[in-house]
This record gives sequence, C-alpha cells and structure tokens, in this order.
Amino acid sequence: MSTRLALSLAGASLWHRRRVLALVCLTLTLSVTLLLGIQYLRTEVKESFTSTVSDTDLIIGARSGQLNLLLYTVFHLGDPTNNIRWSTFQKLEADERIDWLIPISLGDSYRGSRVIGTNDNFLERFQYGRGQSLQLAQGRWFDSVFDVVLGANVANKFDHGVGDSIVLSHGGGRTSFSNHYDTPFHVTGILESTGTPVDQAVYISLAGMEAMHVGWESGVAIPGRTLTPEEAEQRDLTPSAITAAFAGLKRKILTFQVQREFNENTSEPLSAILPGVALSELWRLMRQFERALIGITGFVVVISLLGLAAVLLTLQAQRSHEIAVLRAIGASPGLVGLLYVIEAVTLALVACALALLLGAVAVTALAPWLQASYGLQIQIRPLSGVEWGLLGSVPVAAMLVALIPAIRTWWQSRSLGLGEVAEP
Amino acid sequence: MASTTELSELNEQQPIRALATADLSYQWGTGQPTLTFPDLSLPLGQHLFLRGASGSGKSTLLSLLSGMLTPKAGTVRILDSHLNRLGAGQRDRFRANHIGVIFQQFNLVPYLTAEANVTLPCRLSAQRRDATDPEPIHEAHRLLTALTIPQSCWHRKVTQLSIGQQQRIAAARALIGGPSLILADEPTSALDSDNRDRFLDLLLTLAEARNTSVVFVSHDRALAQHFDHQVELEGAAS
Repeated sequence: MSTRLALSLAGASLWHRRRVLALVCLTLTLSVTLLLGIQYLRTEVKESFTSTVSDTDLIIGARSGQLNLLLYTVFHLGDPTNNIRWSTFQKLEADERIDWLIPISLGDSYRGSRVIGTNDNFLERFQYGRGQSLQLAQGRWFDSVFDVVLGANVANKFDHGVGDSIVLSHGGGRTSFSNHYDTPFHVTGILESTGTPVDQAVYISLAGMEAMHVGWESGVAIPGRTLTPEEAEQRDLTPSAITAAFAGLKRKILTFQVQREFNENTSEPLSAILPGVALSELWRLMRQFERALIGITGFVVVISLLGLAAVLLTLQAQRSHEIAVLRAIGASPGLVGLLYVIEAVTLALVACALALLLGAVAVTALAPWLQASYGLQIQIRPLSGVEWGLLGSVPVAAMLVALIPAIRTWWQSRSLGLGEVAEP
Repeated sequence: MASTTELSELNEQQPIRALATADLSYQWGTGQPTLTFPDLSLPLGQHLFLRGASGSGKSTLLSLLSGMLTPKAGTVRILDSHLNRLGAGQRDRFRANHIGVIFQQFNLVPYLTAEANVTLPCRLSAQRRDATDPEPIHEAHRLLTALTIPQSCWHRKVTQLSIGQQQRIAAARALIGGPSLILADEPTSALDSDNRDRFLDLLLTLAEARNTSVVFVSHDRALAQHFDHQVELEGAAS
C-alpha cells in the first residue's frame, strides 16, 4: 500500500513541478546525450577507421615497414620508398593463387589531393566498410588516356562536374609550381562518397600517368617533348613500374603462405602486408586519441552526475514543509525516502529515454553531413554492452543521490518534532 | 502491533481516556534545560485547551503526544496505548491510525487537490479508511461541505485557496476516518477573528459528532471558553 501511495504521490509531485523539472530533465538529457554521443562517436570512428579497406587480402609494395606501406597506399600519407617493376606485377597477375589485383601508381597531385594511377579493377574490386563496393555518383569510369575520375570530396571541394578539364601537378603538395599544362585531363566521372580516403583522391589510368610524364624524365617538362592527346593515342604507354598493388586471393587460407613467399622474394625486394593487421597496429598508435576521448567521457559522466545531485538536492530542500505534513499524518521516514527515490529515478529514466531519442535523431540527421564534410561514416546501431552500462549508471546514480535526503529524513525523524521543518 | 496493545489494556481503566500523561519531561539536547510538563488526562470525546507563552514547550508537548518525539522521562498514553513503549515505525502507524493534526500554516501537500489532501490519511491508514462510510471520498465531501468549502474548490490545487479555506481543509483531513485525538497547534493564529470563531466552532462540533478529542494549543485566552478542560503551561523548569 505504501509503495502505491508513494508512486501516486511522486507522480503528482513530479507533475506539480513539471516546469522546473522540464529544465532539469533537459540538462540531464543533454548530459546523457553527450555521454552516449562521445562513446558512440569513439567506437564509430574506430569502426570507420578500421574499415577503410575491406576484402583486400594483401597489399604488396616495395620492401618497407607495414605501417609505411599502409599509410601511402590506403591513407595517401607519406611517400613510397620505391616502386615495383612492371614485370614483377605481371608475374603476380600470372600467379594462380591470386584472384584479382589492383595496381596503384602514385606520385602526382591535384590541388593537394593524390593522383592515383590504376585500372578498371579499382572500381570493380576495391571494397571498404562492411564489404561495400565503389559506386559512381555521376558519369563513368575512365577509359581513355586523359580521362580522370574524381573522389567525392575532391569534386565537392573544387566544385567540379563531369566534363570539366583539370590540370594535374607534378609531385605532391597543395601548391605545385610544375604543372602538367600540356596534358589536361577530362573529368568523366565522380565517385559516390565512401567516408574513406578514397574520397580525397583523383583516379586516372596507368597509361594516363605514363603519358603525362613523357618529356618529364629530368623532373621538369622539356618543351617540345611532352605528348599531345593525339600523340598519346599512338604510343605504347605500358608503365615500367607501379607503386603498389592490392590483391585478393582465391583461397583466403593461403594468405599467410603467399605473404611469406612475397616477403622472401629474391628477384625484387617486396613487402606484402595484411591490411587488417596493419590497420589495427595503426589504431594502436592512435590510442592517445582514444584515451583522450575516454577521459572526456569520464569527465562528462562525473559532471553530469554532480549536476544531477545538485539539482535533486536543491529540489528536495524546498520540500521541507510538505515532508513535515506527511510525517505528521503518519508517513514513515521510509515512505518519504521512497518518494525521493521514485522521483529521482523517474527523472533519470525520462532523461535517458529522451537522450536515446535525441541521439538517434542526431545520428540520422548528421550522418550525411559528417560523411560529406569529414568523411566520417556513422550509422544507427544497437547500443553495446558498455553503452547500456553507461546509460544504466544514470538512474542508479540518481537513486544513490536520492538516498542522501532519504537518509537525512530518517536521521532527522529522531529529533524533529511535530510539524517542525528540517533545516535545508 | 499497536491494536493488540490497545485491547489488552482497554479493560483496566474506565472511562476510556483519549490521553493521559504522567511525569513527562523532555530535553532537546545535553546541556539544554529539561522541560517538565503537568500530568494531563482527557476522557475520550472531551476537549482540552493548552495555553502557554512561547517557549513554554507547547510544541514539544504536542510532539511527545503525537509520538514524533520520545520523552526523557514519564509516560504518554493515547487511548491507553503506551506510546513510549512503541518503536519508531509503530508510533508512525499509530499516529496515522489515531491522531489528526492541524498546524498554524503550511498544512497541506501543495501538489494535491483539496479533496486528495483530505483523503490522504485514509491512504496511509486502513483503519481510518474502513471507518469512512462508504468510501473516504464520500466522507471527504461531507466534511468539506460541513466546513463550508465551495464545491468549485474541491478539485483545485490547495495553493490557489485562501488561508482560511486551507485551514478548514486541514481540519477536514484531521477529522476524516474519526481519529481518537486531534492535535491542533495554533491553527487559528493566521485567521482573522470572524474566521477564527467559525473555524473553532466547526472543528469542535464535527469532532464531538465523531467522539474525537481535540487538544488545542493557543496563546489566545479568549478561546479557552469553548473547552471543557484547560491547562496552563508554565514554561521551562530546571
């Protein structure tokens, strides 16, 4: 009976104070949203990071450390140490165990974005995220020498569309003084946004890469020796070397065997890496970042709970008359305590529910913008165990906070006379 | 349980006393003066006027009578139940079952309607709920009508009502379910003289109809004439 009475009194009391409680609830909701949001973002960033490349079994490049190879092939950071001979690539293509290969040739840039020389396999075979393939948002994949396909961010940033003509620069860097003016490229397609470094690059054929460097053997263009588009069509533009290759194996079980074989290759020093392993090693390097986020999450939790405690205690301090009345008509300190606990926990539960709702709305609303602006791919997913734990800690903390005035009521019941009001 | 104690001692004394104290004293803390109180005895259904200057221990005495505080020495019997032999939880239950209270002000739970405030004791005490006929809500309506609270106010928040109305609603709450004893701590001091006399009149009439004793504390001598018994508190003794 007293539980039912406490529930009904708590309900009436919460409703009576709904205006001030709405503000309290809003504060608490925002704190919980922030708490969950940071935790969510942390795991999603990690997920997004580790799913930059998927389904590729091996990345093969000139001999170097696995992080270096991963950085310049997948993240377009840093420079390749050396190239792979075209003949070696052809040998790889002939290898029975290899299902597919994507050659990659690096070295040039377009206004700060990497130029990647590759072939049709890039569009067909490259996968990211949870096994998603690349899609063209507009136009078509390149098929002649001076065609270029733009990553989503590059097209967006420089406002390029299909049909535009662009001039690539020699070497990396945002502002380059040596541009391939003689061999402008023609935009034939724009890739769908992926939320990975794929969006930040432009794609040309290996032949195109070769063609624009004819006459550049000394590092600068020698007038009269560069190619015109017409001349390019006539020439054999088979490259002499590429930078690296992504490989998919027919039988995944052979991955380690093939990797070891390439690493021990004697005809040319090669390195073959497992992208998944290299990515998690790279993420370990970024642990500081993750730790910082965990630290922030912790602070948010503590501050939210302190805020909750302050608000609940302030509210209870204004209720001393009401408590005196309830005690005088025979309500036990236990009933009064129950009233405090029910109110605080209800408030916390409402805030948690609102925070979940707000979070879901925010993720849904912001996902396209985050993807477009920061290349961050996040999506609605069920909460993890840790996140349920964080969420559950809020009503538990509210209950503990409510125990403070509850215990005080019990303590004061020994010395508080009839109708006497407790000191706040 | 409180009820068994009551029954076992019921036959020993005649007539039934609403209230009897003996050698009662209280000390608020070590080093504080000890308050001693005159022995009180009140037959059930009769009323007592307690007068005393401020600081004479009126409120302390009411706290002892209601079981909110336990005396340093002496005994409190309400309806021949020894309050000081009961535990804290039992005293709370006893108060819910047998005692109604009216304060000087802030009598009501602000977030409940007038009607809900009146029926509140019946939700805390099954005994008082069973004493209503047929349901608490009906007796609440009868009491509110008798105490001249307009029907339009019954479902309003009590904070929207006048002080006089709030005090009469508190009286209705104290009376509902026919408790043996009503402790009234200066309930008329916030009222003007017209309201004061009307309030006292209604309270005592309705209490008599229910065979409920009223212990009325006030510093106002003019009210003493309405009561069968009067006691003057002298204040703190060493």
